[in-house]
Amino acid sequence: MEKTTTFENHLLTVSVSPHIKSPVTVEKIMWTVVACLIPPLIMATAIFGIRVLIITLISVISCVLTEAISEKALGRPITIKDGSAVITGILLAYVIPPGVPYYLPILGAVMAIFVTKHLFGGLGANIFNPALIGRAFLMATFPVAMTSAWIVPKYLKHSADALSSATPLFIVKHYGIQALIQKYGSLSYIYKNFFVGIRPGCIGETSAFLLLLGGLYLIYKGYIKWYIPVSMIGTIAFLTWIFGGEHLFEGNPLVAILSGGVMLGAFFMATDYATSPNYKTGQLIYGAGIGALTVLIRLKGGYPEGVCYAILLMNGFTPALDSWFKPERFAPPKGEKK
Amino acid sequence: MEKTLRTFKKGGIHPPERKEYTEDLPIEEMPLPSEVDILLLQHFGATCKALVKKKDEVQEGDIIGDVEKGLGACVHASVTGTVKAIGESVHPLMVSVPSITIERDPEAEEKQYKSVDWHGLSKEELLNRIKRAGIVGMGGAGFPTHVKLSPPEGKVDTLIINGAECEPYLTVDHRLMVEHPKEIVEGIKIILTILGIKKGYVGIEANKPDAIEEMSRAVKENSKGFDISVVPLKVKYPQGSEKQLIEAVTGRKVPAFGLPFDVGVIVQNIGTTKAIYESVVFNKPVVDKVVTFSGKGIVRPANLKVRIGTRVKDIVDYLGGTTPELRKVVVGGPMMGFAVSTLDFPITKTTSGVLFLTEEEIDLYEYKPCIRCGFCLEACPMGLQPNEIGIYVEAGKLEETTQFGVFECFECGCCAYVCPSKRPLVQFIRIAKMKAKR
Repeated sequence: MEKTTTFENHLLTVSVSPHIKSPVTVEKIMWTVVACLIPPLIMATAIFGIRVLIITLISVISCVLTEAISEKALGRPITIKDGSAVITGILLAYVIPPGVPYYLPILGAVMAIFVTKHLFGGLGANIFNPALIGRAFLMATFPVAMTSAWIVPKYLKHSADALSSATPLFIVKHYGIQALIQKYGSLSYIYKNFFVGIRPGCIGETSAFLLLLGGLYLIYKGYIKWYIPVSMIGTIAFLTWIFGGEHLFEGNPLVAILSGGVMLGAFFMATDYATSPNYKTGQLIYGAGIGALTVLIRLKGGYPEGVCYAILLMNGFTPALDSWFKPERFAPPKGEKK
Repeated sequence: MEKTLRTFKKGGIHPPERKEYTEDLPIEEMPLPSEVDILLLQHFGATCKALVKKKDEVQEGDIIGDVEKGLGACVHASVTGTVKAIGESVHPLMVSVPSITIERDPEAEEKQYKSVDWHGLSKEELLNRIKRAGIVGMGGAGFPTHVKLSPPEGKVDTLIINGAECEPYLTVDHRLMVEHPKEIVEGIKIILTILGIKKGYVGIEANKPDAIEEMSRAVKENSKGFDISVVPLKVKYPQGSEKQLIEAVTGRKVPAFGLPFDVGVIVQNIGTTKAIYESVVFNKPVVDKVVTFSGKGIVRPANLKVRIGTRVKDIVDYLGGTTPELRKVVVGGPMMGFAVSTLDFPITKTTSGVLFLTEEEIDLYEYKPCIRCGFCLEACPMGLQPNEIGIYVEAGKLEETTQFGVFECFECGCCAYVCPSKRPLVQFIRIAKMKAKR
């Protein structure tokens, strides 16, 4: 919406104010998120082996290619350089088990980018988180691989048995928290290793520490707000403490937030701009909703982990939350009371 | 000084200040131009009728145009000379407006203004002097000052002088406060006398410590009988917006679509206050104005005192011309100013700055779809939803944008500044305002 005119060898640009703009661009935000997601990948490669790096690369390349082809087919400008498809690719790989066949992420990428993102209008217009729809699609189509292709991480001391590669949440769900403690020796050993990231699980979800670090950096940069992660993690810890044990108020909140996809989901998926509410009250409620649904699925549902479906379900509430909780106006018109 | 600086609460941004080009440059008087174009429509209000004919001799300070009816302010000859033409000139905002061109008489002696003691003058006489001097709000809006200073009886208890100057680059009010603090304080006393009140504040952003110091000293030494205080404000844009300034200084919130006197306040700009002083004490009308010329696109940035009607291209010549990198010329500040495509326009009473910006100073981004980041919701000081307005305008649903507060928007530009997709949100909002109904 700019015009240019010539004036004594100058091309003078004319446009509506403001004439200066913040240096933060979509590309800058997206590539910063990509950078924040790299440390967990290094950790995953160290504990699960080189195949997780290959899976992630396949996922990223599939997402970027799908984005280019979708945009070409739909007559939209090609935007693969903005980094958004790269993020989807990384996140899609991060929420699938490390032992799946290499072609799996390709199918997930088509579902995520073509169906979930572009058929719904492209960047900013999709209702559901593309990477999580990709995962949900794979869960439905390859249920065995998606729930059993776990790998025992290197550097993890544990009693070798049939549950060696099972995820902590699976053990807790079916055998109780005591079984988990027994398997790994002590609670403090669990806390330490789960925090660092040495535990069975999906590719990118294991290292609470590195995900937290990346998330805090995004908050520091102002790219995401703390409302969603804090309300989501807080709700999971609180409700697990109340309902997660044999009796009321006996659950272990720390194990709950250090396992499964809580950290990855809270900082990198629930905060996705397009699919989450865009103002603080809505964001707080949205985060709490994800937390509550996660605990409900974990304790009462058919799956040991609920973060993925909890986020997808709350995605559906985003438009409602946005229209219920709007920013407060500076002042109401004369004569009207607030 | 207070420990925590006062500020408005909701929204706001921190653009680069870029005041370093001119903030330490003393106000410099430009030699008189050989011709001036006095626009008969300089700002908001009615167009003036020319009171002179071609070839008439005029003296500096003569009223040469006045409004017949409706809101407005008279205009004066800013130099002594001969009326060369009555025609049209370029207006930075309104494209082309009627104007009077005066050719200066190089032989004419400099006009002397004698000072008088104003203390015995009646309120009516004070207002009359302000009216005859053609004073309007010099911050940009150009509302006639004599009208603003005649609020309904008993409605106003507080005067706020706006020294925030929150727009990047601009340093006019800053220099006026540093160099003429006593005159400004005297002007404040005149305004308080007209309003029949005692309480006055001078709000100054904390990035002008020298102005805060000079104004505080002048207030301390000269404000006997009045209750005037200097209030340092947090550096945050748009601190100098009327509603935000009133909230920052007094905690009162002007209702939507309301005016400052709805909460008992009148706000005056620093330059206007100085002009009020000159009109009352020296009987001097608005014939000149201090304007910031800045940006990397001009050879010599300056705070220049220029005659009203001086053509900007003459000023550019005086300042050594433009640099080859010049890409955009903006009248006013970079956040709310207007881009122009020519330098043939004259200085008006409301010109606070002319910026010569190079490619590295402006943005030339292509805009993208809204990614729903919510940055604009955080930034909007009025609590509006610029994101939704933009999406609705793109979808052609202009009439439905009222629900998002489009008419409460004063176009400060915070939303468009923070938008990572570089969406022209202010432009969308202006388009919406043309079609939507209140």
